Amino acid sequence: MKPELSAVPRLAPGVRLNEKSQKERILLMPERALKLLGPSLEIVVRCDGKHTVEQIAEALQKLYSKAEPQRITDDLLDYLARLHDQRAIDF
Amino acid sequence: MTCLTIWRGCMISGRSIFSFLLAPLAMTETLESPLALVAELTHRCPLHCVYCSNPLELTSRATELSTEEWSRVFHEASELGVLQADFTGGEPLARTDIIELVHSARAAKLYVSLISSGLPLDEGKLGRLVLAGLDHFQLSFQGARAETANEISGTNTHLAKLRVLDWLKQHRIGVTLNFVIHRKNIHELEEMLLIVEEHAPGCVEFASVQYYGYGLANREKLLPTRAQLDRCVKILTEAEQRLRGKTRVVFVVPDYYARYPKPCVGGWGRKLMLISPDGVVLPCHAASVIPRMRFENVKKRSLRGIWEDSDSFRAFRGQQWMEEPCKSCDRREVDFGGCRCQAFLLTGDRAATDPVCSLAPARGNVDRILRELEETKNRVATDSIGWVYRKNPA
Repeated sequence: MKPELSAVPRLAPGVRLNEKSQKERILLMPERALKLLGPSLEIVVRCDGKHTVEQIAEALQKLYSKAEPQRITDDLLDYLARLHDQRAIDF
Repeated sequence: MTCLTIWRGCMISGRSIFSFLLAPLAMTETLESPLALVAELTHRCPLHCVYCSNPLELTSRATELSTEEWSRVFHEASELGVLQADFTGGEPLARTDIIELVHSARAAKLYVSLISSGLPLDEGKLGRLVLAGLDHFQLSFQGARAETANEISGTNTHLAKLRVLDWLKQHRIGVTLNFVIHRKNIHELEEMLLIVEEHAPGCVEFASVQYYGYGLANREKLLPTRAQLDRCVKILTEAEQRLRGKTRVVFVVPDYYARYPKPCVGGWGRKLMLISPDGVVLPCHAASVIPRMRFENVKKRSLRGIWEDSDSFRAFRGQQWMEEPCKSCDRREVDFGGCRCQAFLLTGDRAATDPVCSLAPARGNVDRILRELEETKNRVATDSIGWVYRKNPA
């Protein structure tokens, strides 16, 4: 399920990022783990219950200014929907 | 209670749990870190489940690792690259130092799961476990109805488990319900799903009994029929759609009916280490059934030494050990020849292709078991055979 632009995603219960000091950033969840690289890390660190999807999209558009803004929003919505289906985030 | 999904394996789509998102091992055979440490804290358990995957020879309380020894193991595991510690048993809550153990695993930067029957527990203790850093609670159920669950566990514990489920709602931790399913409770699937829908856990596992330990001893009464399995797949496929975004539905197939074997523990010595209550390190739960293999102990050697350089972990790593048809099979890096323990139990040859594989020379052994089931399913004979209940260690 894709979120609305006004939705505020946050990590689901039992899901957390490993510590910043560790060499790879990994999203830990029940019996699974997701290695986060580049954009996926930029998205997940903003799923903190404070940023709306729209704000996350704006932040990504600044970070990846060479990409087409609409494309970034579409990819973001797809990725959030996948994380939601896997019960990694709530919104 | 011991019914882990990680070592068994696959979801409806056939993906193994850890291949989900982590990169698979490189073909170059570089040795990677284990991802999960299964800590069998004790073999003591208040339940006596007829399919318990603990070995028939249980470890006594007197030989269990101490709090300090476990703490050292957690730190060694974390340094080796392990991400998750799964506390199981027996019943991990039977350890009086369980809160300290959760705290020390979490202090070692591990993600901590409790794989539990939910007994013995009260609200206050659950709160202290969460405060100590528990990330995830997997609660087992033996059925949807008290009379069924109580018969399977040999105890009167079903209602107490439902209470634990209510307490869990007060905490923001991961919750998984685990129903071990088999011939005697698979008809309660819809009622199990009602419990799931009422409590909305993040995940529910419907784990078919696997035939090791007590499960093997009770196989004649536990193995579902083909018709039961077909009905189960239909119901769970619908449930998966209906619950999408609320509860993740995981189905562990009864592998006797599968076309290909499960990639057991993600491959021997590739993803997982299991430590028995007395410190013996195994590549999986059942590995101690394999003869002529010496397993090392964390009391005598570092976890890294055992992972990288022990005969037991190297025995079935890579492909050199494989026989045909595995050796030249396109799926040899998908399911790694299946389960070594099952190969030994059903063929007597620990390097044989897992006989549940449709390509295995010994597939006939499994087909014969299924054929006998179909021939006898309508007779009352199996109901008159008593259960072999799990005992408790000294």
